[in-house]
Amino acid sequence: MDLVQKQKSLQDYTKSLFLEGILDSQFLQLQQLQDESNPDFVSQVVTLFFQDSDRILNDLSLSLDQQVVDFKKVDPHVHQLKGSSSSIGAQRVKNACVVFRSFCEQQNVEACHRCLQQVKQEYYLVKNRLETLFKLEQQIVASGGMIPAVELGF
Amino acid sequence: MNKGCGSGSDSCLSSMEEELHVLAVDDNLIDRKLVERILKISSCKVTTAENGLRALEYLGLGDPQQTDSLTNVMKVNLIITDYCMPGMTGFELLKKVKESSNLKEVPVVILSSENIPTRINKCLASGAQMFMQKPLKLSDVEKLKCHLLNCRS
Repeated sequence: MDLVQKQKSLQDYTKSLFLEGILDSQFLQLQQLQDESNPDFVSQVVTLFFQDSDRILNDLSLSLDQQVVDFKKVDPHVHQLKGSSSSIGAQRVKNACVVFRSFCEQQNVEACHRCLQQVKQEYYLVKNRLETLFKLEQQIVASGGMIPAVELGF
Repeated sequence: MNKGCGSGSDSCLSSMEEELHVLAVDDNLIDRKLVERILKISSCKVTTAENGLRALEYLGLGDPQQTDSLTNVMKVNLIITDYCMPGMTGFELLKKVKESSNLKEVPVVILSSENIPTRINKCLASGAQMFMQKPLKLSDVEKLKCHLLNCRS
C-alpha cells in the first residue's frame, strides 16, 4: 500500500470511530494539542488513560466481588474513570460510567456487576481501536509521511 | 482562534511584563496532563498539584511546621482547580485561598464535569472567578485569559 493509500485508510478509520460514537469531539481537541514540539502528545495521554483504566477496572472488580460491597469505594473509581474517558473523548466508556454511577447511587449490586461488564466491553473496544489507529499512524510516519488532519465537519 | 486576543506572540500578553503563572489542581492524572498542555500552548507557565493540600503547600498556606518558609517566590496569577477531589474539594480550596490575606486577590477558576446550578452558585458566591465545564478546551483558556487580562487593566 503506498503512502497516499495509507493516509486515506487512516482518515477513513478515524472517521469510522467518530461515526460509531466510540470517540467524540474531545478526541479532536487532544489532536489539536499535538504539534512538532509535542508530536506524541495524543498517544502519551491515551497510554496514561489505558494504564489508569486497567488499574481502576481491576480495583472495581475486586470491590464488587466483596461479600459486602462498599459503595463508598466503588463510586469514586467509577467517577474517576468517567472523568478520564471523557477527557480523552472515549464517549461510550464515559456513557457506560454514567449509567454505572446511577446504580452505585441506588446501591444495586447486581446492576453494578452488569455495568462493570458493560464498561469493560466499551473500554476494550476503544482500546483496541485506538491501538490500531496508532499503528496506522506509525506506519505512515515510518514511510516518511505526515499524519493527515481529520476533516469531520462537526 | 479567538481573534480578539490576537495570535502567537502578538497577543494581549505583549502588554504584560510576564507570562501568566497558573497553578492547576486536579486529582486525575490525565486531566492534569491535559490542563498543563492546554495552558502551555496558551503561553502560560504551569505548576500542577494533585490535591488541595499540595496546592496550599505550594501557595505557602500549608502546615507551618512542614512548609519551608521560603516557598514560592514564583507568584501564582491564577488557580484552576477541579471541584470533585478526595480530601479537600476545589470549593474548600477556593475558600482557603479567599480567606488568606496574601492570596485572596488571586483569581480561582473551578472546573467540574457536572453543571449543577447550586454548585456553580456557591462557588461564585464564595469568590470563584469562573466556573467552567470539563473537559477543558483550548478555546476555554483563550477566553479565560482575555477575561482575566481585561479585569486586570
